[in-house]
Amino acid sequence: MSYLNIQQISHYYFNQNNYTNALKDVSLSIEKGKFTALLGPSGCGKTTLLSIIAGILKPSEGTVLLQQQEINKKITSIGYMLQQDYLFPWKTILQNTLTGPKIQGELTDKSIEKAKELLEEVGLGSVSDASPNSLSGGMRQRAALARTLMTNPSLLLLDEPFSALDFQTKLKLEDFVSALLKEYNKTSILVTHDIGEAVAMSDEIYVMKANPGQIHQHFEVPEEVRNLSPFEARRHEKYHELFDRIWEELNQLEAKSKNR
Amino acid sequence: MKQKAKTGEQLFQEHVNQLKRDRRNTRYWQLFIFISFFFLWEISSRLGWIDPLIFSSPTRVSKLLSENLLNGSLWFHLRITLLETIAGFLIGTISGIFLAFLLWYSKKFSDIIDPYLVIFNALPKVALGPIIIVALGTGYISIITLGAIICVIVTALVVYNGFRSVDPNYIKVLNIFGATKWEGFKTVIFPASLPTMISTFKVNVGLAWVGVIVGEFLVASNGLGYLIVYGFQVFNFTLVLYSLVLIAIFAALMYQTVAKLEKWLIKKL
Ligand SMILES: Nc1ncnc2c1ncn2[C@@H]1O[C@H](COP(=O)(O)OP(=O)(O)OP(=O)(O)O)[C@@H](O)[C@H]1O
Ligand SMILES: [Mg+2]
Repeated sequence: MSYLNIQQISHYYFNQNNYTNALKDVSLSIEKGKFTALLGPSGCGKTTLLSIIAGILKPSEGTVLLQQQEINKKITSIGYMLQQDYLFPWKTILQNTLTGPKIQGELTDKSIEKAKELLEEVGLGSVSDASPNSLSGGMRQRAALARTLMTNPSLLLLDEPFSALDFQTKLKLEDFVSALLKEYNKTSILVTHDIGEAVAMSDEIYVMKANPGQIHQHFEVPEEVRNLSPFEARRHEKYHELFDRIWEELNQLEAKSKNR
Repeated sequence: MKQKAKTGEQLFQEHVNQLKRDRRNTRYWQLFIFISFFFLWEISSRLGWIDPLIFSSPTRVSKLLSENLLNGSLWFHLRITLLETIAGFLIGTISGIFLAFLLWYSKKFSDIIDPYLVIFNALPKVALGPIIIVALGTGYISIITLGAIICVIVTALVVYNGFRSVDPNYIKVLNIFGATKWEGFKTVIFPASLPTMISTFKVNVGLAWVGVIVGEFLVASNGLGYLIVYGFQVFNFTLVLYSLVLIAIFAALMYQTVAKLEKWLIKKL
């Protein structure tokens, strides 16, 4: 049995006068310590799937098992970074980082110390008392990452954490996050619609298709690329090979959905 | 190069001076209107252009003012009305926010209660005056209730809308950490809607005055609203205008205080 098992998940959203089938029969399993990317067009249910894994959205059908345990709202070993940073503007960066411990009633001197160390590590030590509004996009993302890491989650869900950033910041942050997660041996799922990012950062890639959201195909990233940092990986020839294959695949998907 | 920088500086100085001049000019006009109003009032009363028995005159009003200030009657009536207004304002605002919380907390409750809120909001609350007085007696309680009831529903509706317009993703962030609904309210909904709540304060100050004065019209045997009705009944319009001036001054002061509070709170957030 794998670390994380997603079994036959289907999800429907209901509106006033119709419904959306956001996910249909999605099953996948993820090994401990692996970095998995979910790739797919907008609206294919990536965010929905992450919310279900995080236990904050109950799927219409199916189960998610984390270490053989069915997940629920109480499980705190999952960290989830939303599509935007959602830092609380009325709190300082340090207070934002301490959100998790505060909610869980573990706001101690030790946790404050840990938060400061974490902020130091993500390069925000000097702005820990600043308001989020005075930070740049990249800094805010790093603060959100620190907030997510604060509760020491063993499974990390990242919903397009770099999509709002300029290219250069994005490359730097990719390297940074990748190194950090390797160091702590986290299991991670990264949602993105950037093929390059998926190939450069992850060990496995699942390509999804929309209407309804389904897993379309599974790719393994070659060993040579995996062991490189994202920035170096982008220059490896196998990176380009896989990039082209996935690109092809997505193009075909798009063509098919247009023909319908 | 240096020449240019100096001109920029000068232009800025001129701009600042211009702003100052404009502001001073505005103040002069305001003062002018203020003085001419009382001047005209006095003159037309003396020369009989308006009936002095009905419209009194600034000198008579200020004479009454200084008399009542000395014999303590001013403070006596003013204090009662002020306390009633502040109590009505506080009770109305706080219960309005509490009602908004209930509406937010339970969707079922808000769905059920919705049509009643709409009706009650549309109803002119002062029309409830007689019923409130019959139910609660002719004391302060009725008057405070009238002051409170007039703000409570508007507050509830406005603040509830404020609660609902908070981005649900903030709640999502907390739910990931296993937060309860109450914690979500405390940590996100309440602080995020503080500006909305404070903006209802300003409206409520005005509304509480309406409720309290009408309440005093109906039952009171002291307070500024009572003085207006009494003056009207005994045809002492100096007394009526004296009460009006006091109400105007203190309503404006209260409004300013709340506006200051708003600025201070917004800056602190
Ligand atoms: N709260 C909701 N209510 C109704 N429909 C929803 C809701 N959230 C998502 N959907 C629908 O479900 C589908 C999947 O949405 P989801 O947000 O999971 O997509 P996504 O893959 O994350 O897209 P993107 O890449 O744009 O973030 C979409 O068709 C969307 O319109
Ligand atoms: Mg999404």
